[in-house]
Amino acid sequence: MEEKRELETFDFKINMGPQHPSTHGVFRLTLKLDGETVVDAEPEIGYLHRSVEKIAENRTYEQALPLTDRLDYVNAMGNNLAYVMAVEDTAGIEVPERAKAIRVVMAELNRIASHLISLGTQGLEVGSHTFFLYCFRERERILDLFEKASGGRLTYSYFRFGGLSKDLPDGWVKEALEFLKDFEEKMKEYYVLFLDNPIYRGRATGIGIIAPELAINYGASGPVLRGSGVPLDLRKKAPYLIYDQLEFDVPVGTDGDVWDRSWVRFREMQESVRIIRQVLDNLPSGPVLEREARYVVIEEGMVNYFAVESPRGELGFFIVSDGSEKPYRLKIRSPAFVNLSMIREVVKGEKLADIPLIIGSLDPVFGEVDR
Amino acid sequence: MIKRLIGIKPEDLKMTLEHLKNEGFIYLSFITAVDKLKSFELYYRLVNPESGECAVVKTEIDREEPGIDSVTDLFKGANWHEREIYDLFGIKFKGHPELRRILLYDGFEGHPLRKDWSSPDVEKRPGDFV
Repeated sequence: MEEKRELETFDFKINMGPQHPSTHGVFRLTLKLDGETVVDAEPEIGYLHRSVEKIAENRTYEQALPLTDRLDYVNAMGNNLAYVMAVEDTAGIEVPERAKAIRVVMAELNRIASHLISLGTQGLEVGSHTFFLYCFRERERILDLFEKASGGRLTYSYFRFGGLSKDLPDGWVKEALEFLKDFEEKMKEYYVLFLDNPIYRGRATGIGIIAPELAINYGASGPVLRGSGVPLDLRKKAPYLIYDQLEFDVPVGTDGDVWDRSWVRFREMQESVRIIRQVLDNLPSGPVLEREARYVVIEEGMVNYFAVESPRGELGFFIVSDGSEKPYRLKIRSPAFVNLSMIREVVKGEKLADIPLIIGSLDPVFGEVDR
Repeated sequence: MIKRLIGIKPEDLKMTLEHLKNEGFIYLSFITAVDKLKSFELYYRLVNPESGECAVVKTEIDREEPGIDSVTDLFKGANWHEREIYDLFGIKFKGHPELRRILLYDGFEGHPLRKDWSSPDVEKRPGDFV
């Protein structure tokens, strides 16, 4: 008679990345698996580290501006905005009304472009290539608008201390409004095509759940935090530019799963359209740059922090000045870095096949994570 | 704008943050360090997500063998922030679960955000492109 015994199993490790197509950038995740279930994960970042903070210490405030484009390269306008406003806030530089309004338009357009990439790549993860291409088609029109205004397609450096580098070209507002009209129509289609699609609902519901307490304890921000039901949005809590005069809602999720985060991003695009409409309808006239502050000197001992709501969350710049024309210390509070730090807790207990979706739902951009 | 800046002694750090956390400042926005040549300054920014208020706690530590208590047990998000500061400034956080480099590779020498750090590549080629 053969003795009955339990089948002995052991965990094994697999390596995902750094060159993995669905890690959304150069990111390495070592997963410890029990069958198909993730028991533990070891994240490894830093593959795109370019020491932006150290380089900035050796440049003047204006020379450091192009570096910020290259942090979060799918949201270059938003990064410029955060940096420019941090310096203006520290040095006490005033901005004309028209420049403020145009800055809001650009930041919100870039939010749409960034969320389109996030949602489009979520589509790729579940095999919806059509939706991905639709997203990129819409994004292309936004990039065209940016190119007409600033001259660049990916890295703009459109903002200056005290305003904008140049005013909008003729016909830009009309073209932007046309885009908004088309885009609003298409969004209804995309909701049915992607978010409400049974395949995506089935795949994304109930995975990667982040409890609100965990999200707050980790300092998560942006759609990752709001997907868990915490209505923290800097545009409402600490309004900058003209956000306090605008009407918009802050969408929040209920369950904190991948689907909720996608839904929050989708709704935020609708709110951005609403914001841009309000601003473009009452665009103030006047100069966009009264006196260009090329040579900014901040008084000695100044310590300041200024944050804006980027598509990924709280993006802030912490400036310490020693009285010279260069920042003594420039710390970048990167939302993607903080959101990604949760990855270990989020993927525990999930299935291996869902990991790309979960990473994608945190929406990391590695230029910003690694800096 | 930083409206509320609280300067404290390094040994009171944990107590202060715990007190603020109980007051509703449950959201740690970031931690960062500044090299002041004679000492290191550490900044902790806390936010009250209900009201949107924020407070910055500042402390100063010795530059020779710099070390301070880790706050990872209060705020889980402090984990990567502290690892980053260890990596770039060489400040040791006592009680941190896995204090190792995060952005740079393991064999890297020195801590580049210190003001006295200079790249070894530059020193090897004096006068060349510098």
